[in-house]
Amino acid sequence: MTQLTLRKLKNSGMTLAMAAATLAVLIPLILIFIHIVRMGASSISLDFFTQIPRPTGETGGGMANGMVGSALLIALASAFGIPVGIFGAVYLAEFGGGRLSGAIRFSADILAGVPSIITGMVAYALLVVPMKGFSALAGACALALIMIPIVLRTTEEQLKLVPTTLREASLALGVPLWRTTLKVTLHSAMKGVMTGILLAIARISGETAPLLFTALGNQFWGKKLTEPIAAMPLQIFSFAIAPYEDWHRLAWSGALVLVTLMFTLSLTARYLGRSKQKN
Amino acid sequence: MSTASEEKLEIALTHEAENHKWRMDKKAGGDAAFKGMTALFAFAVLAILLLMLVELAGESFPAMRKFGWRFVPGKEWDAVQGLFGALPYLWGSVVSSVLALALATPLSVATALFITEIAPKKVGGLIASLVELLAAIPSVIYGLWGILVMAPWLQRTVQPFLAEKFGFLPFFQGAPYGVSMLAAVFILMIMVVPIITSITKEVLLTVPQSQKEAAVALGATRWEMIRMAVLPYGKSGILGAVILGLGRAVGETMAVTMVIGNTPQISLSLLAPAYTMPSVIANEFAEATSKIHTSALMEIGLILLFVTLAINILAQFLLWSVTRGQKGGGRI
Repeated sequence: MTQLTLRKLKNSGMTLAMAAATLAVLIPLILIFIHIVRMGASSISLDFFTQIPRPTGETGGGMANGMVGSALLIALASAFGIPVGIFGAVYLAEFGGGRLSGAIRFSADILAGVPSIITGMVAYALLVVPMKGFSALAGACALALIMIPIVLRTTEEQLKLVPTTLREASLALGVPLWRTTLKVTLHSAMKGVMTGILLAIARISGETAPLLFTALGNQFWGKKLTEPIAAMPLQIFSFAIAPYEDWHRLAWSGALVLVTLMFTLSLTARYLGRSKQKN
Repeated sequence: MSTASEEKLEIALTHEAENHKWRMDKKAGGDAAFKGMTALFAFAVLAILLLMLVELAGESFPAMRKFGWRFVPGKEWDAVQGLFGALPYLWGSVVSSVLALALATPLSVATALFITEIAPKKVGGLIASLVELLAAIPSVIYGLWGILVMAPWLQRTVQPFLAEKFGFLPFFQGAPYGVSMLAAVFILMIMVVPIITSITKEVLLTVPQSQKEAAVALGATRWEMIRMAVLPYGKSGILGAVILGLGRAVGETMAVTMVIGNTPQISLSLLAPAYTMPSVIANEFAEATSKIHTSALMEIGLILLFVTLAINILAQFLLWSVTRGQKGGGRI
C-alpha cells in the first residue's frame, strides 16, 4: 500500500513540475509581449507613421521611411520568391519523382535551417559586390532566398492533398496538362498555398540579419532600387543599441507595429489553414 | 456532282485532321514547356544551396590561404594588423547555444507533455497556439527587450546576487555589466523554447493510443505511462526537436548581438561579455575595408554554414524517422 501511495505521490509531484515548467515558459514570453504593448502604445503617435527619424537630440520623428522600405522589400522579395516556390512545388508534386526530387526536397528543408545572416552574406557576394554598392534589390533577393523553401514545402504539401480524380476529370475533358495544373490543381489548393505565402511574409517582415549588408538602411527616403533603403527591423536594431531615450521609444513603437503585423499574418494563415481542414 | 462534294468533304476532313494534329502538338509543346519551367524552378533550390557553399568557400579562400588551419584555434582578431583567428567566436557560439539548450530542453519537453497529456484539451490547445504565436516574434524584438529590459535587470539584481553567493566559482566572477554571456544564454533559451516545444508536441501526438492504453491497463499512473510509453516512443523525435533548436541557437544573430557585449575574449565567467560567430559577421561585415578582413568574416560564415548544415541534416533525419509513422494523439 505504501508503494502505491509513493507512486501516486510521484505522479502528483511530476504533474505539478510539468505545470510549473509550462508556467516558467509562458512567463517571459508574456512579459515580452506586455512590454512591447505597453512601451509601444505609450509612445506611438501620428508622427510615427508620417515622419522620418530626426537627428539625435531632436525629439519626435517616426519610421515612415522604414515602413515604406519594408513594404517595398517584402513586395520585391515576394515577386522573386513566390513564383520559384510555387512552381518548384508544382514540379515536385506533379512531375517529379525519384532521387532528384528527394534531393530537392531535402535541400529545401536544409535551406530553411540556414542562418539568415548567411543568406545576407551570399547576397552580398553575388549582388552588392558586382553592383558596387548596397541596394534595395540585394536586400530583396536575400529575403527571397528565405521565402523560397517555406513557400515550396507548404505548397507541395497542399498539392499532394488535391485528389487525383480532379486532375483526371480535367484531363479527360481534353484540357492540356499545364492548364489542368494551373486551373484545377493549384486552384483547389489555393487556400493552403496562401497560408504558406502568408507565413513566409510574416517570417521575412521581421528579418534583420540578411538586410545588414544588403539593404544597409537609410536615414532618409531611398529614391532608387539600386540605393540603400530603410527597413523597419534595421531601424529597430540601430535605435535599440543607441544610447538615446527618444530612439528607444521609436524602437518600441516599431516593435509594436511589427508584432501587430506578424500576429495578423499568422492568425490569418491559421484561420485559412483551419477553414481548409473543415472542408 | 456527288464526287465533287465528296472531294470537298475529304479535303475538309484532312484539313480538320491536320488542324487537330497541329493543336495536339501545340498542346504537348505547351506541356513540355510548362514542365521544363517548373523543373527549372525546382532545381533552383538545389542550385541555391550549392551556390551558397561555393560562394562562401570562394570568398574565404584568401583567408584560408593566409592562415590555413591556424585560423580555427587562433585567438587574435586585429583588423589593423590583419591578424584573424576564430576561437573566441567559436567559444562564444558553442557555450551560449549549449547552455541555452541545456536550460530549454527540460522546460520544453515538460511543457509539451503538459499540453498533450495533462492539460484539458482546450487549455492545452490555447497554450500551444500561444507558444506558436510567440515563436513568430522576430529576433530583433527579442533583442530589443533583451537590451532594454532584461540586461538592466540582470545587472541590478541577478548578477550581483550570483557574484556574491557563488563568486568563489570561476563561472560567476567579475563586474556586473548586464550585457554578458548570461544574458545571451537567457535570451537564446527564451527564443528556442517555443520551437522545441511545438515540434516536441507534434512528435508526442504521434504516440499510438494503444501504447498508452496498454500502460494504463497495466496499472501505471499517468507519470509512469509518460515515462514508459510516451517518452521512449518519442525519444528520437524529441532529440530531433532539440537538435533543430540547437541549429536555431547557433545561427541566431540579432538578439545575441544586442545582449552578449561583443567582446572577443574567452572567459569562463558567465558574467563577462563574449562574442559569437554570427554577431561578429553582423557587426563588422559592412564596415570591413581590407580584403583579408572580409575574407576572414566569410570564412567564419563558412564554418557557421557547415555547423548548421550538419546540425540540420541530423535533426531532419531524426524527425523524418518519427513523423513518417502513424498518427496517434488520443488522450487518457
